[in-house]
Amino acid sequence: MHFSRHTAPTLLLLALAYATAFAKTHEISPSAKGGVIARAIASASTGDTLRLRAGVYKEHDIVVGKPLHILAARGDELRVIIDAELRGSSMVFVRANGVTMRGLALRNVPISYMNDNAAIRVEGAQNGVFENLRIDNALFGIYLATSANCRIAGNVLRATKGNESSSGNGIHLWKCDNITVEGNDVQGHRDGIYLEFNRRALVRRNTSQGNMRYGLHFMFSDSCAYESNTFRQNGSGVAVMYSRFVRMTGNKFEQNWGAAAYGVLFKDITDSYMAENRFFKNTTGLYAEGVNRTIIERNEFVNNGWAMKIFGSATDNIVRFNNIIGNSFDVATNSFDNENQFIHNYWSRYEGYDLDRNGIGDVPFHPVRLFSVLVEQQQSSLVLMHSLLVTMLDVAERVIPSLTPETLVDAAPMMKRIDIVPEKLFITKQNHQP
Amino acid sequence: MKTILKLTRYGAMNAVRSRWILGYTAFFFLTTEGLMRFGSDSGRTVVSLLNIVLLLIPLVSIVIGTMTVYMNRDFTELLLSQPIERGSLFAGQYLGLALPLVAAFVLGVGVPLLARAGEDGANIGVIVMLLATGKVLTLIFTALAMVVATRFDDRAFGLGAALLLWLMAAVVYDGLMLAMIWLLRDYPLEMPVLAMSIFNPIDLARTLVMLKFDVAALMGYTGAVFEKFFGTALGMSLAASALVFWLCLPFWAGKIVFEKKDF
Repeated sequence: MHFSRHTAPTLLLLALAYATAFAKTHEISPSAKGGVIARAIASASTGDTLRLRAGVYKEHDIVVGKPLHILAARGDELRVIIDAELRGSSMVFVRANGVTMRGLALRNVPISYMNDNAAIRVEGAQNGVFENLRIDNALFGIYLATSANCRIAGNVLRATKGNESSSGNGIHLWKCDNITVEGNDVQGHRDGIYLEFNRRALVRRNTSQGNMRYGLHFMFSDSCAYESNTFRQNGSGVAVMYSRFVRMTGNKFEQNWGAAAYGVLFKDITDSYMAENRFFKNTTGLYAEGVNRTIIERNEFVNNGWAMKIFGSATDNIVRFNNIIGNSFDVATNSFDNENQFIHNYWSRYEGYDLDRNGIGDVPFHPVRLFSVLVEQQQSSLVLMHSLLVTMLDVAERVIPSLTPETLVDAAPMMKRIDIVPEKLFITKQNHQP
Repeated sequence: MKTILKLTRYGAMNAVRSRWILGYTAFFFLTTEGLMRFGSDSGRTVVSLLNIVLLLIPLVSIVIGTMTVYMNRDFTELLLSQPIERGSLFAGQYLGLALPLVAAFVLGVGVPLLARAGEDGANIGVIVMLLATGKVLTLIFTALAMVVATRFDDRAFGLGAALLLWLMAAVVYDGLMLAMIWLLRDYPLEMPVLAMSIFNPIDLARTLVMLKFDVAALMGYTGAVFEKFFGTALGMSLAASALVFWLCLPFWAGKIVFEKKDF
């Protein structure tokens, strides 16, 4: 059976129209007896709205088994605190379609080495909306499994740092379809945003920083897009692996600095598109292994250790119109052959001339320095960086290339920095809200 | 002691009067100021300065040192006819030569760097390390100049030997190191490379300054080993004693040659 892209919203609207005709609103206040929310859910009927007044609700393992809207009362946004007190397993289980949660503050989900305890755990549900929540000190934040057409937006997630094995992911999507993750702010988790086996996910305008492992961890997820996100100071940066048709635009990858940190790690990525991203101060900006038929254009690589590491297993990619400025190394590779096309990039290290004044340098640029070949063979040689000898060798190699891959060349480098309007990096089409 | 001081003061006055020291100061000042003014960020300025320091200071110190000793030959012989201890004479001449060079470097590089140190959050640690290593390199290579110029009477030969020494320390040693790294690239080389970089004052100076940057992250495991080594008291004192050793060895050798020499 084939659904058009409009089917889901239409059905949703019909469902809402039906529900609002009969739905009731229940006002709920915290009580010393406890279990208030669970009882309210039990007595509510499909499509009802629960409005929670400000206060602390000490509850956990709340099961939402029917379509309900669980919201903070007007004016009490984020003052409705649900505290699991590090007890039970997950705080809220959502097992029904069409559940909305908005404006609540959830905290203290216990660590478990057996279960993936989450503040909100959604399983097999459709059309869920989880917005403007604040989640503190949770193992997993918002955990979606086998769900579809959900929206996770405007949430703030903060975890206190443990270590990699005793912490979970901020927003975790497993085997989902058509999920929108937008405008969330995740800090201190293991992976900020985690996607595995997803289709058609859209991740945008999120900030993911200071997480222990990856800002975004992205695997086996075809046809997904992430745009205009900021990934900063994560343990290892961002990993995008084993996926096809991935679209990455307008993201910032900043200050992922450490012995094994990357702006983006690409592994086995095919037919994807990467544009208008900014890589600033990462140990390695783009680490590409097994990347095929991918276009990398109009990105900025500024002040990284290595702007790009492109391995021999990466073929048929096009790298064009990028600004590569002030990096210790521009391109490193482990192979003498090159199957990728580098053209029309701006390299700050380029020293050629432009006699016909068409803005394109008349001399090809070889971005792989001899020294970076040496470093690739034995990292210890980095101790000779900035030495006179290495500078001399680089100059000699540039004149008569012998050890660097001769085919890895930008035959027509740009003379001036390419104008990638920074504001443009953050303008994207507004999508309608469900 | 008094003799040494007197000779030092005389050497310093002589240096200032001959004006090349002012040119040397001005060169450092203008380079640093220019790099700070036109460079986009202070990290890069310090890298450029590091290149200048590592390249020029040893070269200038050893060449100027050798030439000055040769030029002062007559005066030295005159002094030797006086009742002055040879050791004091040597020490005084060395200090009179080295201290103006050190002062020129500190003034030329240090003043513009430190003047801006506060404003754009430039790393004070890097600047201090750069100044310290620059000073020590000046002292080391002036001492080497004294050895060379005292040992060889032929000026052309002496100058050649001085240049050769500089070339060995600045380029050839790194070449050997690189050759070793390349030949043994399949083995873990962190410790041998670490050891080798300690035995050459220029390499040691560069490593010390580089580790004050966050370049260590680029070096992966090697960087971690280096950082760990130079981060400890033991590592730092080993590095410092290596530099002091490099300072004392040529001074001591020069003194012996000077004391035994038949002028």
